[in-house]
Amino acid sequence: MNLFRLSSPQTFYPFAGRLVPVFAMLAALCCAAGLALGLAMAPTDAIQGEVYRIIFIHVPAAWMSMFIYLVMAFWAAVGLGLGTRLSFYMMRALAPTGALFCFIALWTGALWGKPTWGTYWAWDARMTSQLLLQFLYFGFMALTAAIEDPRRGDKAGAILALVGAVNVPVIYFSVQWWNTLHQGASVKPGQSSMATLMLAGMLVMAFAAWFYSLAVSWARARRIILERERHTDWAHAEIARSGSGEGGRR
Amino acid sequence: MMQWQSWNDFFAMGGRGFYVWGSFGVSFVLIVAELWWLRLARLASLRRLRQLQQLESDSE
Repeated sequence: MNLFRLSSPQTFYPFAGRLVPVFAMLAALCCAAGLALGLAMAPTDAIQGEVYRIIFIHVPAAWMSMFIYLVMAFWAAVGLGLGTRLSFYMMRALAPTGALFCFIALWTGALWGKPTWGTYWAWDARMTSQLLLQFLYFGFMALTAAIEDPRRGDKAGAILALVGAVNVPVIYFSVQWWNTLHQGASVKPGQSSMATLMLAGMLVMAFAAWFYSLAVSWARARRIILERERHTDWAHAEIARSGSGEGGRR
Repeated sequence: MMQWQSWNDFFAMGGRGFYVWGSFGVSFVLIVAELWWLRLARLASLRRLRQLQQLESDSE
């Protein structure tokens, strides 16, 4: 399989169609295993008690929200640099899932903050920059949806994705650069302050988030491809074929 | 291996059930909502594209 061939929407569409169910299955399996590890097997935290179990959703969601934005910025750069249409479709397809994970990170963080710090929210560097990420996602989605001409929408969205990417290292390093209420990283390459089962549960949940994001964003990219490529012969045939499958229903 | 003595124990989460289940529950609902929305959007999009195709072939 040649990577350059895959960059054509026509080749990517059926390729993604075959892989989306595989990613979805892997996401479900990892999620089940991660929840079993995190909610049933991992020991009670010595200091926080049971409430620390929010970590199994909070940290993977927060990682994913930052990573997806970087991938969007990557596709934005490729799209602007090489003019490849599929790059822009991928960029657009990722935004809602990134926004979802960002919201989950903020929500679970608030519910974790109340019993441990005594407050749902504080304007510290980590939380404020994560909230900015949420607004960047919403801004990207509003901007690309508002511009009538899709190719101009691609360009405008790509610029916002690239400029906003500066915020991601700010989120990540905020706990080192500023004195924050939020704790520092529990997991660093080569060392960890967590018990093995806790760490395993968190990493398996992170894999679940990865596979989920792949499945959902590729499925969304397929819809965007059909909409944007509808005048090409192959998409024309694909759209016509989609009608015969559910023609009985209406 | 198992941390819990009973289901009640499990749901209580050491008295922090509201925060733990509030986190997992809302996350679950949002993920299901995204999947549902994805499916609806695909069906709506295909329907609209087929109508457009119909209109275009009629006008030819």
